[in-house]
Amino acid sequence: MTHWIIAPVVLPALLAPFIVLAARYHIGIQRVFSVAGTAALVAIAASLAWQVSDGSVLFYRLGDWAAPFGIVLVGDRLSTMMVLLTSVLALFVLLYAIGSGWDERGRHFHALFQFQLMGVLGAFLTGDLFNLFVFFEVLLIASYGLMIHAGGNARLRAGVQYVLFNLIGSTLFLFALGSIYAETGTLNMADLAARVQLIDASETVGIRVAAVLLLLVFAIKAALVPLHFWLPSSYAEAPAPVAALFAIMTKVGAYAIIRVYTMIFHPELEVTAGLHDVWLLPAALVSLAIGMIGVLAAKKLDRLVAFSVIGSMGMVMVAISMFTPVSIAAALYYIIHSTLAGAVLFLVSDLVRTGRGNVDLTTQAPMSGTALTAGMFFAGAIAMAGLPPLSGFLGKLMVLDAAYDQTLVVWIWAIVLSSSLISILGFARAGSVVFWKAHSVEPDEAAERPERPSILAYAATGGLFALLVAHTVFAGQVHGVATDMAEELFDPQAYTTTVLETPGKLSKPKEEY
Amino acid sequence: MEFLVASAIGILTAAGIYLVLRLRTFPVILGISLLTYAVNVFLFASGRLTIGAAPILNDDMTTYTDPLPQALVLTAIVISFGMTAVIVMIGLGAFLGSDDDHVDDQREDEGTKPEGQP
Repeated sequence: MTHWIIAPVVLPALLAPFIVLAARYHIGIQRVFSVAGTAALVAIAASLAWQVSDGSVLFYRLGDWAAPFGIVLVGDRLSTMMVLLTSVLALFVLLYAIGSGWDERGRHFHALFQFQLMGVLGAFLTGDLFNLFVFFEVLLIASYGLMIHAGGNARLRAGVQYVLFNLIGSTLFLFALGSIYAETGTLNMADLAARVQLIDASETVGIRVAAVLLLLVFAIKAALVPLHFWLPSSYAEAPAPVAALFAIMTKVGAYAIIRVYTMIFHPELEVTAGLHDVWLLPAALVSLAIGMIGVLAAKKLDRLVAFSVIGSMGMVMVAISMFTPVSIAAALYYIIHSTLAGAVLFLVSDLVRTGRGNVDLTTQAPMSGTALTAGMFFAGAIAMAGLPPLSGFLGKLMVLDAAYDQTLVVWIWAIVLSSSLISILGFARAGSVVFWKAHSVEPDEAAERPERPSILAYAATGGLFALLVAHTVFAGQVHGVATDMAEELFDPQAYTTTVLETPGKLSKPKEEY
Repeated sequence: MEFLVASAIGILTAAGIYLVLRLRTFPVILGISLLTYAVNVFLFASGRLTIGAAPILNDDMTTYTDPLPQALVLTAIVISFGMTAVIVMIGLGAFLGSDDDHVDDQREDEGTKPEGQP
């Protein structure tokens, strides 16, 4: 049993209190430790992903208790890929936060950032539903702190809405867990997958309620319409690096849906037949449409990006809700793309804010550093809208391809294609108003021009963009890996046998006392 | 016994949902507290209700109650307590800052426009 798999949880968990206690007043030391820790996380995540690339499953028993009784951490291809994605994203976001000086505008940014990473990474690695709840709470409570970082009335108000919405989500999660435990007597995911099969077809009320409640909770996290109302305000008001990191938080919801609804309540399961397979796809299509219409209607750049995140989550959910190996592979490819593209756009909107002091979609005099910022916005918008040559186009192509044999294929094609057109319009309007028309306005010589964003800020944004390009260039390889992951998800034999049949300690024999 | 616990959960949840749907921060926070009480009792009942039995298994014991929901409830209580403290502080900060404790976006708010409104 290798201990490396717990490192992504333990490392930030130790680093964060250290930063608070020992480096409280030294922003320099905080930065060094935070960056070093995150870089170490990237290395650990990469090695974990490499270890499971042959289809093996990493497995860790906390306290050595055997599986259905003790809590377990499980790393298969999907969870290690999400861990790698999170830590790489976190490294660039952290560099941006340092480069733009966001981490100095309030206290404890780095400590909260590490706690946030701990929660997200733990949620990806855990093999136990209640533990998933605990890690959700860890990531949420850190995100509450990050969301209101640097203060301000508008931000606090959006923070209250965000926290309230998520508290209600947590309560729903507990209700779902209680009903699942009452029905099956276990919360270990692999054990649940086996026990749900045994439920008698005439006594499915409890488990059906539990399955729907659980899906609602994950849909809140994934910002699926009509549960998306928390997202636009909180992402728009949150500090830009935090919003960029939050790009992975919606994916935690998507990951949980993929995990639970392919392994436990998988599509062929009779007990939950006719529930999520009926209405999840229409809901996903509506969120795709609403997100992209929001892009067209937004009055501010950050809100525009927030709506594009809803739209791209809708796209991910469209792919997930078909629940076939091909569509899940497309969803996994699109999840990586959508995380990176959303983060790039949030960072670009902050570059605009730095360059001219606000993010209103109105024509103003050219901002500081306009050429580079405009170029990055252009590239990010192409990626998000799904135009060739970037990975958004390939991802959409895969989703459309996976939709061929669905009954709703006409609807899927129509809404995906028309919403792409709407988002292109929205981004084109925003780009021309903010960057292009700016040259028709005479700059006010008396007014003080804001300083241009720092080189590190540009480098971090550019680094994320380089990842997007790599995601496009190596699309074949990434899609191959995603296909392997999807096949593993639909045949969870390796996962369940590893979890349930690895011996661990059950109870101590009496002689030892 | 079952009826008593079930109706207690039901009344707490109903009152909680009613309060959560109010417009001001304070009733909403109270509503969330009620909801978390309801869910704690609910979790407790998910291991079946047993009277006068210890949550410990050993060879001499013939009746016992399921210990796992008790552990779950403890975790849930700690988490919901912490979360309530956080939301009280953030809500207080928002109220002191803008002198307004509405949960939704206000139309006449200075500077910030409500969502979707011109």
